[in-house]
Amino acid sequence: MSRYLLFRLADAVPTVFLVLLLVFIAMRILPGDPAIAALGDMATAEQLALFRERMGLNDPLWLQFIMFVKGVLTLDLGNSMMSNQSVVGLILYNLPYTIELTIVAMLMGLAAGVPLGVLAATHRNKLPDSGVRVFSLVGYAIPDFYLGALLLITFALNLGWFPINGGGTDFASRMYHVFLPALTLAFVKAAFIGRLTRTSLLEVLSKDYVRTARAKGVQERRVIYRHGLRNALLPLTTGLGLSMLATLSGSVAIEMVFNRPGIGKLLINAIAERDYAVIQGGIVVFAMFVVVINLLMDLLYIVVDPRIRMN
Amino acid sequence: MSSIYETSSQLLPPEPSLLRAIKGVMFGRPGTIAAVVIIAMLVIVAVLAPVLAPYDPLSQSMLKINRPPSWANWLGTDQFGRDVLSRMIYGSRNSLIFGLISPFSAALIGTTLGVIAGYFGGIIDRVISRVVDLLLAFPELLLAIMIAAVLGGGFWNVIIVITIAFVPGFARVARAQTLSIKHEPYVEAAISVGVRTPVIIFRHIVPNIMAPIVVLMMLWVASAIRLEASLSFLGIGTQAPNPSWGNIIKDGLNNIFGSPWPIIGAGTAITLVVLAFNLVGDAVRDALDPSTSQ
Repeated sequence: MSRYLLFRLADAVPTVFLVLLLVFIAMRILPGDPAIAALGDMATAEQLALFRERMGLNDPLWLQFIMFVKGVLTLDLGNSMMSNQSVVGLILYNLPYTIELTIVAMLMGLAAGVPLGVLAATHRNKLPDSGVRVFSLVGYAIPDFYLGALLLITFALNLGWFPINGGGTDFASRMYHVFLPALTLAFVKAAFIGRLTRTSLLEVLSKDYVRTARAKGVQERRVIYRHGLRNALLPLTTGLGLSMLATLSGSVAIEMVFNRPGIGKLLINAIAERDYAVIQGGIVVFAMFVVVINLLMDLLYIVVDPRIRMN
Repeated sequence: MSSIYETSSQLLPPEPSLLRAIKGVMFGRPGTIAAVVIIAMLVIVAVLAPVLAPYDPLSQSMLKINRPPSWANWLGTDQFGRDVLSRMIYGSRNSLIFGLISPFSAALIGTTLGVIAGYFGGIIDRVISRVVDLLLAFPELLLAIMIAAVLGGGFWNVIIVITIAFVPGFARVARAQTLSIKHEPYVEAAISVGVRTPVIIFRHIVPNIMAPIVVLMMLWVASAIRLEASLSFLGIGTQAPNPSWGNIIKDGLNNIFGSPWPIIGAGTAITLVVLAFNLVGDAVRDALDPSTSQ
């Protein structure tokens, strides 16, 4: 098991390197001059030259790439051109809000999605199953920012039950602020997880050992949860990783809807202000999120499936 | 020769035509029929936008801002006094254009990459596969946001962004399919009689891997429409003042105390259209691959 762990961790290193290379290529080589992108079409030649000098854009590309990787490794991503705050400082301030939103949304989505999936699988082709199917169809189709706006208008603006913006300060107020945004993302999550649970549980319930368990008189409840759900967890784990990444991408728009701090809002505002260093920092953070979540999911496999532990 | 042909056609039942299979699934479910109707309406509205829209979608009027729905303005007006319904009608064009062009161009590029990787193998395959695997780890929306962050918004950039976001998926499918038919006798026969490589790829391989590519394209029309709406909502898609369902919601949110109708109108439109394309995509997939329908 420790060998597998080591192997998996070692494999993450070239991945991180490749991700940084792609981010670098995207930032420097894609059409468009970063200096013009940052300063706008109205900038004078002197301003552009000064900007290129300051950002090291005149250096050869390989040197720029080394400086970029070094910056990421030493947690130095430069300063914001708007506020002159360090980019890493801005990221560290905003990061907890995004993580908090993603985790709460995932937990809410799981809490609703898994029971819905079990319900649909145990009542196959009956009313609960059709209900879950319609719910998941709508969940796939409705854009999360539209659902968020509807919840905001209804529960925050009209009923006044929840705050209309901000992230909160102490734990209680943060949970209060995160509730509606997380609920929005959880709705989509629940649809996805419910469908996934249904499919994998149905597959497991058709297996021989489930028939054996029923034949020897094990209670149906125990068959479903002990023999069925436990074995349906593995495909669910894969789905969980995807779902978590989808939640993360959804969090960008949701942070804009609910006007709450977070990496997504930081990035989108930086794009509007053409704040080059912050844009680069935001992209690096999202790329690292993807690498880390994929790694965590692989490690979770080991916990869920003992067979992987053995090999 | 002709007698053999006639006998064999008597023995074998005729192969069900693809079109008939698709028709059978599409019109066999009430939900799918409704979906086809919604898509037909979208196409009509998008094509006839100048005829159907009651007002110019860009004309502002300080005299009639934030009007609630009325006979004159069915969905009211926004904070600039623009008619919301007219903006939505013109916005449908964006959804349709991006929804159709992006999956198509992504299929073109992705299939090319995948076939090259699968057919030639070796170092080319290793490089393409590694990058594709890496990009597949990113959800399309996140990838699109990250690329749009660099490129900025605007018509062509949105097409480029959504295309890049979809390319890895097509490349993976095309590569897997190519690998599975590369050693079929008819491909090896073509190679052994000295058919040129481009001819082998375009005559013998590409036509035989098209079915799953087409299904993927159908399934991603809905995703492309959602992506365009999300990017426009974030301000890195279709740029103001041009209407798009996404930026109508963005404007609506900035004017949330003024009128909720732009949000409700455009949001409902996106939901219905995405739902419709999803249903049709599922139907086409089930028609081509009955094992997936449950």
